[in-house]
Amino acid sequence: MQTEELRLDGNAAGGVLRELFAQDVTAALGTCAGCGTTGAVGALLEYGHGMGTILRCPQCDATVLRIVRASGQLRVDLSGVLFLTIPE
Amino acid sequence: MNETIGERVVASAPAPPRLEWQVATVVSVIQETPRARTLTLDVPHWPGHRAGQHVDVRLVAEDGYQAQRSYSIASAPADGMVALTVERLDDGEVSPYLCDVLQPGDGVEVRGPIGGYFVWEPAQRGPLLLIAGGSGIVPLMAMLRQHARADAAARAGVPVRLLYSARTLDDVIYRAELERLADPPQVDVVLTLTRQTPPDWRGYHRRVDRAMLEAVSWPSADEPNVFVCGPTSLVESVATVLVALGHDASRVRTERFGPTG
Amino acid sequence: MADKPFIARGFHGRRAAAPAGRLPPGQYETRDFPVLSAGPTPHASLATWDFTIRGAGDASPSMRWSWDELQALPHETPTVDIHCVTKWSKFDTKWEGVSVDTLLEAARAAGVADGAFVVAFCDGGYTTNLPLADVTGGKAWVAFGYDGAPLPPEHGGPARLLVPHLYFWKSAKWVRGLTVLPDDEPGFWEQLGYHDRGDPWREQRYRGDP
Repeated sequence: MQTEELRLDGNAAGGVLRELFAQDVTAALGTCAGCGTTGAVGALLEYGHGMGTILRCPQCDATVLRIVRASGQLRVDLSGVLFLTIPE
Repeated sequence: MNETIGERVVASAPAPPRLEWQVATVVSVIQETPRARTLTLDVPHWPGHRAGQHVDVRLVAEDGYQAQRSYSIASAPADGMVALTVERLDDGEVSPYLCDVLQPGDGVEVRGPIGGYFVWEPAQRGPLLLIAGGSGIVPLMAMLRQHARADAAARAGVPVRLLYSARTLDDVIYRAELERLADPPQVDVVLTLTRQTPPDWRGYHRRVDRAMLEAVSWPSADEPNVFVCGPTSLVESVATVLVALGHDASRVRTERFGPTG
Repeated sequence: MADKPFIARGFHGRRAAAPAGRLPPGQYETRDFPVLSAGPTPHASLATWDFTIRGAGDASPSMRWSWDELQALPHETPTVDIHCVTKWSKFDTKWEGVSVDTLLEAARAAGVADGAFVVAFCDGGYTTNLPLADVTGGKAWVAFGYDGAPLPPEHGGPARLLVPHLYFWKSAKWVRGLTVLPDDEPGFWEQLGYHDRGDPWREQRYRGDP
């Protein structure tokens, strides 16, 4: 079973993202800090499979967003997001 | 709620409700196909949903062991209830429980509705192209059901084509309903079967490929709104072909369900 | 913040009973070999593949092996139990590889400075940190064979780090080398709160677990 067959996308991260942001952000546009591509958060590729949520750029595979739930906390790395445009 | 900034009072909207886990009650179950079962749920404080959204389901065992998965909502928002259609994966953690153990009257923890990208509403005019692989039909069925509930004027503005890939005819979820909803050319339902076909079968008998997509899709110049859902491998290859055929990538929305069962 | 959980009637997940004493706390046995990855599968060409052990800083001495040079070193065939932090354990997995002790010895002879910690670095950008003491003394390998065949890409091939006495996220897939450091430096998962050491027998899943 190849990793690529197992991956999901930003839609699957919608629930945990909703814990971080005040509203749904899967339709928000994110700009990848790695390559500058802009696209919907829902279109990011999701890896992590139980250890955490890893969202990667579909163009360059750079990590855009990482979330781990541990010891009663949510720890988030947003350093891969250059801009996030959230529709009101 | 108002806040004062300098000397101006600025009105702001109330914050949207927090997404909380809630215990829903199973109202009824329908065995759709040998492998797929629909659960109708009564979810307290359900705010309504949009076609294409999903819920997260969380199962906790007595010893604290937990498993969580996402399931698309099959019912149309206008139906006013929450129906999930679950495909049973033999080696799954959650789907065998939902398909074999859960009964009307049982509680199940859900949170939702979730999603804002993979959603469609009748207000989104223009041709609607839906491409489903296996259980990927579920969120697209919510869209098709919502389309059927819209008024005639709204429906006229949105011709629909559904391409649905299933293993065999017995694996086609909502088969009778799809036959009823089909109303070409306004609502066109095209099936392709990848394994055995019935003796009199005259439809497609192969995996979705470029030639099939070219035959079924509107030309890219017609700017259809496209939704592709199902196994990751199908979704990625279909999306790649559609973009190669000239469809704008931002109009091709994808939802991956992971590996096939 | 956590509410009292709702217990799902009759739910136990896919778990089998396992012989007492063999499972670390909180783990369940699996007969599968689940694939868990933090990113897409890299595809290395053996012709250009290499493994490097270096110290801190760009000017550090280093020791480098090509694929053929690695293969020429003595092979070992450990059979070990492995434990994933997502709670599955798999017993009696059979591997083939070169002991990290062999590689570190050569690296030291080449002038790589000693240090209390290592960071494994990999194709695709994955990193993980471990105490040096946990990759020496016969406890770790650079593994390129699994179950009698070349290690498949989805499980880390051509080569991965194998450190079975720690949680399996420390057994970095697609490994390309080790950096030896005087101070600990959290890797990919550790930056997000996973444990710097990761001993399954002490349930060291997250930083702060004793």
